[in-house]
Amino acid sequence: MGRLTEAAAAGGGASAARSAGPPPAPLPLSSTSPGCAAAMASSEEDGTNGGASEASEEREAVGKRRRLGLLATIWLTFYNIAMTAGWLVLAIAMVRFYMEKGTHKGLYKSIQKTLKFFQTFALLEIVHCLIGIVPTSVLVAGVQVSSRIFMVWLVTHSIKPIQNEESVVLFLVAWTVTEITRYSFYTFSLLDHLPYFIKWARYNFFIILYPVGVAGELLTIYAALPYVKKTGMFSIRLPNKYNVSFDYYYFLLITMASYIPCEYVSVSTLM
Amino acid sequence: LHFKELLGKVEILDAKTREKLCFLDKVEPQATIAEIKNLFTKTHPQWYPARQSLRLDPKGKSLKDEDVLQKLPVGTTATLYFRDLGAQISWVTVFLTEYAGPLFIYLLFYFRVPFIYGHKYDFTSSRHTVVHLACICHSFHYIKRLLETLFVHRFSHGTMPLRNIFKNCTYYWGFAAWMAYYINHPLYTPPTYGAQQVKLALAIFVICQLGNFSIHMALRDLRPAGSKTRKIPYPTKNPFTWLFLLVSCPNYTYEVGSWIGFAIMTQCLPVALFSLVGFTQMTIWAKGKHRSYLKEFRDYPPLRMPIIPFLL
Repeated sequence: MGRLTEAAAAGGGASAARSAGPPPAPLPLSSTSPGCAAAMASSEEDGTNGGASEASEEREAVGKRRRLGLLATIWLTFYNIAMTAGWLVLAIAMVRFYMEKGTHKGLYKSIQKTLKFFQTFALLEIVHCLIGIVPTSVLVAGVQVSSRIFMVWLVTHSIKPIQNEESVVLFLVAWTVTEITRYSFYTFSLLDHLPYFIKWARYNFFIILYPVGVAGELLTIYAALPYVKKTGMFSIRLPNKYNVSFDYYYFLLITMASYIPCEYVSVSTLM
Repeated sequence: LHFKELLGKVEILDAKTREKLCFLDKVEPQATIAEIKNLFTKTHPQWYPARQSLRLDPKGKSLKDEDVLQKLPVGTTATLYFRDLGAQISWVTVFLTEYAGPLFIYLLFYFRVPFIYGHKYDFTSSRHTVVHLACICHSFHYIKRLLETLFVHRFSHGTMPLRNIFKNCTYYWGFAAWMAYYINHPLYTPPTYGAQQVKLALAIFVICQLGNFSIHMALRDLRPAGSKTRKIPYPTKNPFTWLFLLVSCPNYTYEVGSWIGFAIMTQCLPVALFSLVGFTQMTIWAKGKHRSYLKEFRDYPPLRMPIIPFLL
């Protein structure tokens, strides 16, 4: 059946382009993830010295050589078709809304259920990596999907005043085009009939979608900051009996700052 | 094939590019890989032995320093493939750095050094006994680790990749600061069940520290100084080592136990999270160690689990 490329079922990235980026099919990539997730500590006493990178290279090679079972192929084909359809529906809904209303205000509200459904469903892609039917590393897929979930549920859904910001439309457009391209790419690949245009789009759209997506997300978080500070939402203050505190405002600031190294890592692993 | 009379030749190729890097003739057949590495360093001084990985197959496993050229499945000219492991740093250096950090950092918070808490708290002292106790326990733990690194542990590898020191120090130092910040905070809330909770937690902590130390000593005695031999560890007269009956890596078991004790003592969520993360990592290591014990020793005790008796 069709070949699966690196990041085949990886969820969307914090920016559109992580998933719109060119899949590095011919080159065995190191499976080091965009290092946003905190890395674990010391190698153990008798651990292999430098063996870790050798092992990951081997895992990569095996993953690529693996023949997908029939059930897995059927499931992945269905999954990718469903996701392509879902994001297409989203795209059409957005276009229709704008054509009817002439404004972007209220657009998020009108498509939010569909967005939440399909973006959350993408959590399955982590499972795909876990069970090995997709050659991406769990960590990579996890980080990518998590950043999308974060944006949808912890920012746009939870901070209502920013839902009508233009920046929301910006990243929604970037995500929609990215995901339609990505999922249709996977679908056609699985069916072994990849049209040249889709392949071209997958390798080239990210050049535009990447900055647009990042801009949209960063501007949205930035717009949310005043509300977060004012309401103290998602935050825990001292004193409390678990002796911990969390300030969502500073968390968002750190997240914004981390976009730069994270995107650098993910683009460099995609290129 | 054994060439006892003839001197061997060794060619070293780059594992990735297959480029010929070095040709050694007149090599003693009884030469070890370590000696060959030393010869290779002479022609390529930037690749000191610790960062060399030599193997028979470009994608194969690294040869050990003790392996003898004669005993390898090679022809007249041995072809070895070289892989650069990257800059290396000694285990001892890494351990000392990563453990000295938390010791020092925690004390900064304990003494409420300026710019951490509000200025009115500078150099003040907590009124809670448990906070002082926690400082003693935390400091003891890391002093113990430092001393063990210097006097107890016998490492089977001399070095590890340089980037590990950054990774490891970030982890240890970061968590130490995070925990210390809350425990020594002016608004710290002592444990819900008061002195009872603290006493129980302290008991757990002390027992596990003693246990962990006992295991380290037992492991040390397994391996003669300067050697890299591997043997199955067994319980000794010391009751703390009897945990070897049930787990392969009781040192990790006791370590998790210590941190659980510390978490209960301080009732501090960051400590619990640190324990959880540590437990996850140690479980991965324990499973790996357990697996290599099983592979290496046919008669490995079947009752043993990697880290948690009967469970994990």
